[in-house]
Amino acid sequence: MPLVKQGRITTDLFVHVADGAELPGDGAVLVTAERFLADPEALLRRAGKTGVIWPNNRNLDDLVPWLDRLASVALVFPTFRDGRAYSQARLLRERHGYDGELRATGQILRDQFVFMTRAGFDAFEVKKDADADAFAETMKRYSVFYQPTGDGRVTALNRRMQLRYSESAGQ
Amino acid sequence: MYAYDELDRTLINERVSEFRDQVKRRLSGELTEDEFKILRLQNGVYLQLHAYMFRVAIPYGTLSTKQLRRLAHVARRYDRGYGHFTTRQNIQFNWIKLAELPDALADLAEVGIHAMQTSGNNMRNVTSDQWAGVAPGEIEDPRIWSELIRQHTTLHPEFSFLPRKFKIAITASEHDRAAIKIHDIGLRLHKNADGETGFEVLVGGGLGRTPFIAKTIKPFVHGRDVLSYIEAILRVYNQYGRRDNIYKARIKILVHELGIEKFAKEVDEEWRQMGDSELRLDHRAIEEVRSRFSYPAYEKLPHMPDELKQAAHDPLFERWRKNSVSAHKVQGYSIVTLSLKPVGGPPGDATAEQMDALADLADKYSFGEIRVGHEQNLALPHVAKRDLPALFKAFDRLGLATPNVNLVTDIIACPGLDYCSLANARSIPIAQELTRRFANHDTAGLIGRLHINISGCINACGHHHVGHIGILGVEKNGEEFYQITIGGRADENAQMGTLIGPAVPYAEVADVIEDIVEAYLALRDRPEELFVDTVKRLGVEPFRERVYATR
Repeated sequence: MPLVKQGRITTDLFVHVADGAELPGDGAVLVTAERFLADPEALLRRAGKTGVIWPNNRNLDDLVPWLDRLASVALVFPTFRDGRAYSQARLLRERHGYDGELRATGQILRDQFVFMTRAGFDAFEVKKDADADAFAETMKRYSVFYQPTGDGRVTALNRRMQLRYSESAGQ
Repeated sequence: MYAYDELDRTLINERVSEFRDQVKRRLSGELTEDEFKILRLQNGVYLQLHAYMFRVAIPYGTLSTKQLRRLAHVARRYDRGYGHFTTRQNIQFNWIKLAELPDALADLAEVGIHAMQTSGNNMRNVTSDQWAGVAPGEIEDPRIWSELIRQHTTLHPEFSFLPRKFKIAITASEHDRAAIKIHDIGLRLHKNADGETGFEVLVGGGLGRTPFIAKTIKPFVHGRDVLSYIEAILRVYNQYGRRDNIYKARIKILVHELGIEKFAKEVDEEWRQMGDSELRLDHRAIEEVRSRFSYPAYEKLPHMPDELKQAAHDPLFERWRKNSVSAHKVQGYSIVTLSLKPVGGPPGDATAEQMDALADLADKYSFGEIRVGHEQNLALPHVAKRDLPALFKAFDRLGLATPNVNLVTDIIACPGLDYCSLANARSIPIAQELTRRFANHDTAGLIGRLHINISGCINACGHHHVGHIGILGVEKNGEEFYQITIGGRADENAQMGTLIGPAVPYAEVADVIEDIVEAYLALRDRPEELFVDTVKRLGVEPFRERVYATR
């Protein structure tokens, strides 16, 4: 499964480590929320980076205290019709100020890339190679956005008002 | 009318390109049907019994003549020459071919029409009063707010994969023509003590198998905060709405399970944490959207022109005028409702020829504007009274002058088993038979206001729960049966109807409805007492006796 990061297919430096499986001595790992919360300090003392896979039905409160020490948070789309993680992503970015890697995992198709990016995701475990290849192209699908989110894209309403202001300023 | 600018146009064209790519990937097999299903639903494409069905949005029920002509073109070019207006200010085409859909969408996009979010588990087409901007006594034009919300909900990155569909309706009049109490969010525009515009926000209304009337979650949300408050509701719903059972996934169930107080607390807490976000609408933002709406340049006209006085001698004209013409906020003008419920016809259908001809008439007599109401009728919102006689003649030639608006034959019905794969029973033939039974418009006039609503299954697309008489198709041992309720209503006093007795077979439905109407005529205490008021006064029992005594 290809990983897209910073707009490109890239080697995934993180290893998904199943519950109960032995942790590698170093190197970046992604562990489940349960495993992480059982002993966060021990995991964070490791030489490698730590990321947590956070389920989409679990409140973020337990995760928030650790955010500045995590290298990745992976949010889960069990199917692409289950959109809970979009809210989690925006809350992590816009409310809790998380600025590390925010990864989408699960059933990820190209048709979610724009939504996910707007919600704050910057890494994507893409299901199909063809979709991963089409990432950059897909991100160009839209140039107009109606809603303000934390991604900094200027909304249509603000563009209109800027235009009106510059028009009236020029008169 | 709201005029799209370059940004709106760009966005819908980008959506057309995206959908073209999705269809291409489906046709090449790159997308499975399961994957494609969600994507096509996001764009109004259902797979029905016989073909794909294509649902196009008419946001808050406003159409220009150019747009109506383009809908006629789509009916003619890509379908079988007609379209079906729905109870949510959409139009459906029933025979569309998948491979041609992107072209149909591109044709519509040229005139600023789209099918975004007309189905699927997202925020659906925002609906409003079909008399918005012209109704006497309206507080202000709710379409400004409808358009702000339309933009905000379109391709929302957080709320495009909700637990279930989500519908918002707005009214700004005392009399609610937008049925806000049966919506996921209902907004009633009003002003606070300082004269500032805001909304009573209702939440958790809906029909289907577990019907609820919406409850007030906040009596007044300031207009500048309406987007953030809606977003707070959606965020709570997106995270906590049930996803384990499709029948329990609507927000009404979450509101019911938590209770409105607890739900309101969750929303308030979320809203508080959102703080003074970018969603706050300052004066300039509201004015920006307001400035894109244009209004007709009305003339100063007499209240009672000569043309109208002369035409009063024509009993057919007078009957139509009394039934279909309503007061306008500007003197000398009227709102004219066009019944899409001809005797023997399927409710809500219009042919391409009718749409084209109506567009011509709207150009001539209604400043180029047409409205679509949730009762599946159309309206011309700005007709000079002096033009009413000429307009009546033209409508009559088109078969659009049936004088039955709000009467027993003005039936709301879903497509039912004739088209829909979810249906248990037929709706359209029941409606057709009832219009024949009550074909005498004078008799229907004597019966007075009476709304019959028919749904072919429990999903309630025909809003049977809130019909004065509701008819629900069910399946019993492979046969079509119908449950009948009375006393429902969808307006500001919305309530669910009460079941009158055991379900009756297909062949007996029209007889039963006739019995109910006869019972009402015998029971009402004066001719002005409406059916729904007689039911309220006497309860279901006398009607039940009448209907089941001989069965």
